[in-house]
Amino acid sequence: MFKGLIGKKIGMTQIFDEQGAAIPVTVIEAGPCYVTQVRLPDRDGYSAVQLGYQEVKPKRLTAGELGHLKRNGLNLPPLRFLREFRVKTPEVNEGDKVTVEVFSVGERVDVIGTSKGRGFQGGVKRYHFRGGPKTHGQSDRHRAPGSRSSGTTPGRVYKGSRGPGHMGNQRVTAQNLKVVLVDAERNLIGVCGSVPGPRGGLVMIREARKQKR
Amino acid sequence: MNDLIKAIEPAPNPNIPPLRPGDQVSVHVKIVEGGRERIQEFKGTVLAVHNNGAGSTFTVRRIASNGIGVERTFLFTSPRIEKVVVERHSKVRRARLYYLRSRTGKSARLKQKFD
Repeated sequence: MFKGLIGKKIGMTQIFDEQGAAIPVTVIEAGPCYVTQVRLPDRDGYSAVQLGYQEVKPKRLTAGELGHLKRNGLNLPPLRFLREFRVKTPEVNEGDKVTVEVFSVGERVDVIGTSKGRGFQGGVKRYHFRGGPKTHGQSDRHRAPGSRSSGTTPGRVYKGSRGPGHMGNQRVTAQNLKVVLVDAERNLIGVCGSVPGPRGGLVMIREARKQKR
Repeated sequence: MNDLIKAIEPAPNPNIPPLRPGDQVSVHVKIVEGGRERIQEFKGTVLAVHNNGAGSTFTVRRIASNGIGVERTFLFTSPRIEKVVVERHSKVRRARLYYLRSRTGKSARLKQKFD
């Protein structure tokens, strides 16, 4: 069975388990998604399942996007987001509907989102540099990055060295989160712990890649 | 807040009455001890009520043996609370009674409020 969903992060709260212990939950409104295309190794060079999420007015899509959803007798509603999930064997057909019921409570999932953008940030916030001493006659060195590399040899900074720069707004995967809630009626799924991105951000949910078997 | 979140959040425990700072309360907490459950009482003064939707809490301070203060914070939604009994209300002039922490004995008393 193919397991994957596209959804929207709603926010965090806490619920209680049977023992009465509070567990932190991120609530995601996910699906219903439609299988818009199946990628096959023979034709596409890899295998994957393309899902579509969120129905919109037809005029919100370009003619090309609409044509993709209406091709070969496929009659899907206009969908705003299309995302691919890499799978070994796509066990679904184009046009199939995928809902939160593919996941059950207790399962482990990975949630992929785009982290909150933080703009241009210094080394202290971005990479947890320690900054300079706060006292002993220091001026303007409190959050300075210090030395980035060696001196005359090699005479340059190696590529990929950590330093100030743009932070966030990146694809981030939260791995191995436990599913603690599935509400088919409201299309909600709850996972234990936090999930990348702002409230309302688009997230992809897939089966956890690195599970204990 | 989002209605979808509200729909899945736990409801407040019906056995907890509205609490005010300064209330003398007895909180009956279910605890698991050696595999079986029993009720433990925690008696003290409500120092603060923190309102935050399903994450609302109240803090109770009691003086344990040797005059050592013990504070516990409980969730209003917690299913582990059997019941809360309000024994008396106090006349207080602020929402957070943290000043009681630095007081002992007579000066840590609160005037009872009758209503």
